[in-house]
Amino acid sequence: MIEQAPILIVVIPLMFSFITPLIGWWKKELCYPWVILALTLSVLCSIITLMTVLSTGVIHYRLGSWLPPWGIEYVIDYLNAPMMLLVSGIALLVAIYAKESIEQELPGKFVYFYTVFILQVTGFLGIVITGDAFNLYVFLEIASLTGYALIAVGEEGAPLASFRYVIMGTIGACFYLLGVGYLYIVTGSLNMADLAQLLPSLYGSKVVMVAFAFFMVGLAIKMALFPLHTWLPDAYTKAPSAASALLAPLMTKISIYVMIRVMFTIFQPDFSIIMTHTTDIMVWVGILAIFAGAIMALAQTDFKRMLCYIVVAEVGYMVGGVGLANTIAIKGAILHIINDAVMTLGVFAVAGIVCYRMKSHNISDFKDLFKKMPFTMTALVVAALSMIGVPPTCGFFSKWYLLQGAVVAGSWAFVVALLVSSLVNVVLFFRVFEIGYVFNESDDGHDSHAHGDEASVIDEAPLSMLIPTMIVAVGIVLIGIYNQPILINIIEHAVPKL
Amino acid sequence: MLDFIASKYNYWIYIVLMMIGFYAMIGKRNLVKKIIGMNIFQTAIILYYVSTACKWGGATLPILTGGHGHGAVEHAIEVSNYINPLPHVLMLTAIVVSIATLGVALAIVIMIYRKYNTLEEDEILKAMK
Repeated sequence: MIEQAPILIVVIPLMFSFITPLIGWWKKELCYPWVILALTLSVLCSIITLMTVLSTGVIHYRLGSWLPPWGIEYVIDYLNAPMMLLVSGIALLVAIYAKESIEQELPGKFVYFYTVFILQVTGFLGIVITGDAFNLYVFLEIASLTGYALIAVGEEGAPLASFRYVIMGTIGACFYLLGVGYLYIVTGSLNMADLAQLLPSLYGSKVVMVAFAFFMVGLAIKMALFPLHTWLPDAYTKAPSAASALLAPLMTKISIYVMIRVMFTIFQPDFSIIMTHTTDIMVWVGILAIFAGAIMALAQTDFKRMLCYIVVAEVGYMVGGVGLANTIAIKGAILHIINDAVMTLGVFAVAGIVCYRMKSHNISDFKDLFKKMPFTMTALVVAALSMIGVPPTCGFFSKWYLLQGAVVAGSWAFVVALLVSSLVNVVLFFRVFEIGYVFNESDDGHDSHAHGDEASVIDEAPLSMLIPTMIVAVGIVLIGIYNQPILINIIEHAVPKL
Repeated sequence: MLDFIASKYNYWIYIVLMMIGFYAMIGKRNLVKKIIGMNIFQTAIILYYVSTACKWGGATLPILTGGHGHGAVEHAIEVSNYINPLPHVLMLTAIVVSIATLGVALAIVIMIYRKYNTLEEDEILKAMK
């Protein structure tokens, strides 16, 4: 059983997702525990797999016992074992969180939402676990297609936002597919480890160069890297809050994970760094993304939209961090993938709760909220401090390594971009806090008594939404405090040998 | 130059088709035309993959004859006699993916049409304001 854990991580949500509509058709209220059960099992398998990786090293799981270059192989190493725990853990928290919010925003579509939701988690887990380039494409499309569907059911204007995402996302995925095709015609292999062995002798080939370019551009679209980010803000703002709480932390981060895989597993670091100078371009694009995201976030009056632009800036952190191409910066970038997923989940979860109570997500709706929802706002403060990078929250430590890496690489523009973006985050979030501390006393002029009394009552979100949000807030602090064990035991081994 | 084009004509066809699709996806303002462009784009990639499997000189499908059981394949298999089946198999998956994408995109377009009664992007944007 234990040795089957890697495949179970993917198969359990896949199977459960097909049975979910049947369960919902039979007894609707069973659907929720069913989904929670599926994701709990997935989390357990991820933990087992992570423990196995920590004790025995890299796991190779061969589907149907076919040997690697021919059969599909799942490879779990130090890079994707923690990613898997991250994905399944976030999915579980969002699944718990989603129930109330979906019942309010999409009445009657509960069962279908969860079916698509769990299928999307399957896609994410599959992308992370697989060791086969074409298999990765299939999972990438599963995750994207379900993502389009989840976004399209959102509020006013969501279908059009989703449609644009379909067009952009398909271009991205097709570019990835072309990249795989080009590598296949020169090597005849689809297995990542096998490709890594076959490719070095072909590095001069134009076909390989073009394949690499297709990979990078395709993934840049999927991760919403700055000039190609245009689909992201509309799509994630207008999606149902539960869907954006799942998509925003995971989709971009997983694309960055795939980028790291392509650059350092399929291709040798030498190819990306010395031969093609891709990493230099990445640093500059990252800097652009950080500035553009920060400036556009300042211009927003909608809270979720502001968060979306922060996500764009955060993508710049990680792409730039990988592009700095030294051990410290890449360590920071990998740690930041984990941290950023957790803190983005935190802020989007809070946005969902505010949306649940206030029926809209403008920044002006935060009025009075510190009084009405003290716990939610505490979670927001923790997540925001982490976004800004205040110790002991986790955001500080990854930013610290990124800064250190930038200094080692001598890339001062990146240092400036990181610091400016942190300052902009201070402005962004303290603006929200300030509005949150504006209490309703000012409009006491008319209907003074009734209004004043109402405002002082604590009016928190339902527990099923509040508890996951609080867990995330605690998690942000815990990851921050225990960042050294995580770094030394896991991430140090995940950093490619440069 | 002509030789260069003629000797690799399958790739040229795929590039031309792909660019037509790419142009439609980006340049056209009508949502259904965009979807059609998307489909041409994906189909071009499928054509590319399938054409890479081709081998000149009488290569055929890789079906091994000679019955069942032990020693079924007596003579060694000459690779150049058979086309590579793997790209075809990969493209079966890609076709499924492209049909699913088409389905999702059409469903979204139906949602948009029910709401705004038009498929022109400009008119939709005007109606949203």
